[in-house]
Amino acid sequence: MAHPTVTLTPEQIDELGRELDAIKLRLVNDLGQADRDYIYRVIKAQRALEVAGRAAFYLGFLPPFWLAGVAALSLSKILDNMEIGHNVMHGQYDWMRNPALNSKKFEWDTACPGDQWRHSHNYMHHTFTNILGKDRDIGYGVLRMDESQKWNAYYLGNPLYAFALMVFFQYGVMLHDLEAENLIAGTTKWSDTEELRRGMLQKAGRQTLKDYVLFPALTGPLFLSTLAGNAAANLIRNVWAYSIIFCGHFPSGVATFTQEETENESRGAWYVRQMMGSANITGSRLFHILSGNLSHQIEHHLFPDIPARRYPQIAAEVQALCEKYGLPYNTGRFTKQIGSTWAKIFRLAVPFGRRGQQDTPPAVTVVPENLPAAA
Amino acid sequence: MTAVAPARAGRRKLSPLALFEALATPHGVDRYLELVNPMLTVRDMRAEVTGVNRSTADTVTLTLRPTRQWRGFQAGQFVQVTVEIDGVRRVRCYSPACSQYRDDGRVEITVKAHPEGVVSQYLHANAAPGLIVGLTQADGTFRLPPQRPGKLVFISGGSGVTPVLSMLRTLCDEGYAGDVVFLHYADSEHDVAYRDELCELAAQHDNVRLALAYTAQETGDLHGHFGQEHLDAVAPWHAEAETFLCGPPGLMKSVRALYDAGGLTDRLHVEDFAPAAVPVDDDATGALSFGRSGLSADNSGATLLEQAEAAGLTPEYGCRMGICFSCTKIKTSGCTRNVRTGDIDADPDTEIQLCISVPVGDVTLDL
Repeated sequence: MAHPTVTLTPEQIDELGRELDAIKLRLVNDLGQADRDYIYRVIKAQRALEVAGRAAFYLGFLPPFWLAGVAALSLSKILDNMEIGHNVMHGQYDWMRNPALNSKKFEWDTACPGDQWRHSHNYMHHTFTNILGKDRDIGYGVLRMDESQKWNAYYLGNPLYAFALMVFFQYGVMLHDLEAENLIAGTTKWSDTEELRRGMLQKAGRQTLKDYVLFPALTGPLFLSTLAGNAAANLIRNVWAYSIIFCGHFPSGVATFTQEETENESRGAWYVRQMMGSANITGSRLFHILSGNLSHQIEHHLFPDIPARRYPQIAAEVQALCEKYGLPYNTGRFTKQIGSTWAKIFRLAVPFGRRGQQDTPPAVTVVPENLPAAA
Repeated sequence: MTAVAPARAGRRKLSPLALFEALATPHGVDRYLELVNPMLTVRDMRAEVTGVNRSTADTVTLTLRPTRQWRGFQAGQFVQVTVEIDGVRRVRCYSPACSQYRDDGRVEITVKAHPEGVVSQYLHANAAPGLIVGLTQADGTFRLPPQRPGKLVFISGGSGVTPVLSMLRTLCDEGYAGDVVFLHYADSEHDVAYRDELCELAAQHDNVRLALAYTAQETGDLHGHFGQEHLDAVAPWHAEAETFLCGPPGLMKSVRALYDAGGLTDRLHVEDFAPAAVPVDDDATGALSFGRSGLSADNSGATLLEQAEAAGLTPEYGCRMGICFSCTKIKTSGCTRNVRTGDIDADPDTEIQLCISVPVGDVTLDL
């Protein structure tokens, strides 16, 4: 079967929407002390790892301490960016009315200014998920991640660009809102980006000052050792964040959508698109926490503003709904998901790249109820 | 060079605090300190509950020890107290009841447990020494003039006693010698949160006369609701005095009416202690749109906060009477009227307080 097709009636899609709305309402009504305690436990762990990591560099001339410092600081940045930053900035904890955990006020330990991220990610990506020409997260304006992106010679460098993006991920995320592809195409003007650039310079400046000037200087003669440790921690966070995020929408079997198919989309159809356009990763509890529960990308895209610790609790229910309606629930081990993502990056570098059979994303066909479901 | 130091005032750049903040970026120093000791803060102000006294069946008096940022208060002013209940921070306004000269620098507030009050019920049931609450600096214009008047009348009802008790205690500490009448209303003597303290003050100071009026008890200095005869009985000279009033809406209304009728409006100083009902506009027109959520509804004439909540939104709010600015949001377009001041605001993209603004015609909010 080259193109697996899911056939649903509009009534079925509405029914699915109602069932998902009911799950969300149940979660919202249950938010409280347990969610508050959870996020504070994670924050406490992150801050403790950060302080421990910074302290370990004072003994950085001893390799085990330097390595421990890198490990602790990497974990700190990973927790800060993923389970705390990404999720807080989604408004998952706005109900707490705590200014320090407010989506509009939170800043994370990375180069990208929070307000720019909220626009490009929370609004653009989460609203127009996987719609070609609208969701700039399909290839982030620099990569070819879908067959429908027209090939040209530039994309021969696809693996190289992906590798560079992985290594410098925090700066890639920062520059995302500049919309480089639109600047090159001339649809936006460089002068229009002045405010964005000022915000980036300020945020990246503060981060650079902290990681590459102040903390190294505070360790005196160990300046270079601490600087290298901080750079290593940033690199490890970059590789980890890139890998988890690329597993969210790029593994084989994830569907993309055209603007025409998503016009006048109902709430139920929006849910269907989120489920078909996202992929999960299986793993241990610690793995899920370190991925910011983006390993539950499907649940996250259904309910981006519900605290992420709730996603594992509802995963079985969401999967059962997918089965009930014949929708795919794309999940797999980390190695499988990231492997198929890199395979896609290489395959789409060339114009004639063919996808394997299991790589073909399913399509949803909406049929009026009175027609028999097509075989 | 991309390493640009954060733009700060030149003088602060070199301070140790600026260094710590540069190291703690982007979270701020307090976000680290609070995990070790919430009372150790650089910028945030908090307070620790050090004393709890449930003096009547439905009130609880808390003694608060503020962090070092506390700048004190003037008798009659209020503070905002933030309490976390089931993970949610709630902000309420309370007027300290202690003297502004209290020598240990602590602040005493009294909370009446209202049947529907999330915060007051919580504090009444759960407040214990060691509880940490958020605190703001004192604010409010309900206070004694710096040049103390020759004669003073205080009128209060229920837990509205706190700001005027603070004034009385402050005056006693100052050795104030002018005539003072303290007229307080309660259902019965069992409902007077500060009865012993008031009686003691009156006993110790010849110039202070205490009159307790009970609305549901036959005994007491006075009986029934406020009226001209009460004032004539205890302070026939009230026209020459300054009067400070705080209590439930019914009491406020009748005292106001009496002073207005007597041409004494300027001599009456009031603190709105319960949110007054906002009159609904009879001729509400237009539609209220919420730009961020894409919702919209016909203007019902109620406040923007109420209309937003009716539309299913949950904007942040605090006092709901226009003093704490918790609910301030951006009005993208349209015209609004401040129901407290009557001011019309027609500027686009301005910050407005949702709880005391009503739409005049079409309005769009960034909400």
